[in-house]
Amino acid sequence: MKARAIVVTSGKGGVGKTTTTANLGAGLARLGEKVAVIDVDVGLRNLDVVMGLEGRVVFDLIDVLEGRAKVRQALIRDKRVENLYLLPASQTKDKEALDPVRFQELVRHLLEEEGFDRVLIDSPAGIEKGFQTAATPAEGALVVVNPEVASVRDADRIIGLLEAREIRENLLVINRLRPKMVSRGDMLSVEDVVEILGLKPIGIIPEDEQVLVSTNQGELLVLKGTSPAAIAFMDTARRIHGEEVPFRDLDEAQGLMAVLRRLFGGR
Amino acid sequence: MWWRKGSKEKAKERLKLVLAYDRAKLSPGMVENLKRDLLEVLRRYFPAQEEGLSVALEERGERMVLMADIPLK
Repeated sequence: MKARAIVVTSGKGGVGKTTTTANLGAGLARLGEKVAVIDVDVGLRNLDVVMGLEGRVVFDLIDVLEGRAKVRQALIRDKRVENLYLLPASQTKDKEALDPVRFQELVRHLLEEEGFDRVLIDSPAGIEKGFQTAATPAEGALVVVNPEVASVRDADRIIGLLEAREIRENLLVINRLRPKMVSRGDMLSVEDVVEILGLKPIGIIPEDEQVLVSTNQGELLVLKGTSPAAIAFMDTARRIHGEEVPFRDLDEAQGLMAVLRRLFGGR
Repeated sequence: MWWRKGSKEKAKERLKLVLAYDRAKLSPGMVENLKRDLLEVLRRYFPAQEEGLSVALEERGERMVLMADIPLK
């Protein structure tokens, strides 16, 4: 992806935004990028626990935006992989304190002055101010969607709002796909979701119990795992990084490979 | 079950319809009311055509259009 500031968003809650942000951030860092992941869900801080860094939070995003802490003091360096940093959300402060203009300046500062290659912004659910603020500095978006009617509907809404903000490099991360349900015709396929939403997928993540297991342990799946979701997240990180990585056959009815070869036929 | 059509076809159908309304910023109820009103007017002019009159949203490329289908004998 060309975009260096990327918002991870979905509209609907609970589809896997935070897990996706954490794993793609770690995946990109593993590929040598200097990455900051920023939690913008003020009042409902979660990226820290998903990454297992909750014990090291001292300052937060609002402290930085309001000048109580320097950005370098607030960034938590992940010790498991080089070049991965977390900027946690505030758990206690008023979310009105999150000023979109200051937030945009901060992201620019990280990219231009602090030597970061990529900033992933974990957006709160919804389409209100929190999402709007998270999207303000973004040049591109990862729209996380589950193959399920409510999630697809909300993703469509979010895509409309991203386009209205002139954010153009928008790609789908189709999360929690169950190949067996797809093959018996009881789940929307990758092709269906792509057709309905009109965006290309950059990641296809199968449902995988190991996602919950690693979250329970505060570990990053992509760094330790060889499970299907771990592999799929790493593949996705590689695509964002700019590598051409074919989509793996997840044992879908009509052959996922065939579908994606058709979709990416021109490239 | 192999003889049963999977539930995803239904999901896809419903999604396409609901997104058509969402994208056009219309509520399905409003289109129903419009349809009722239109039919009322049409009935005044074409008393014999009640069968087959339809008003529906349709996707035409990038645009959504409201289609009134009025068969004339």
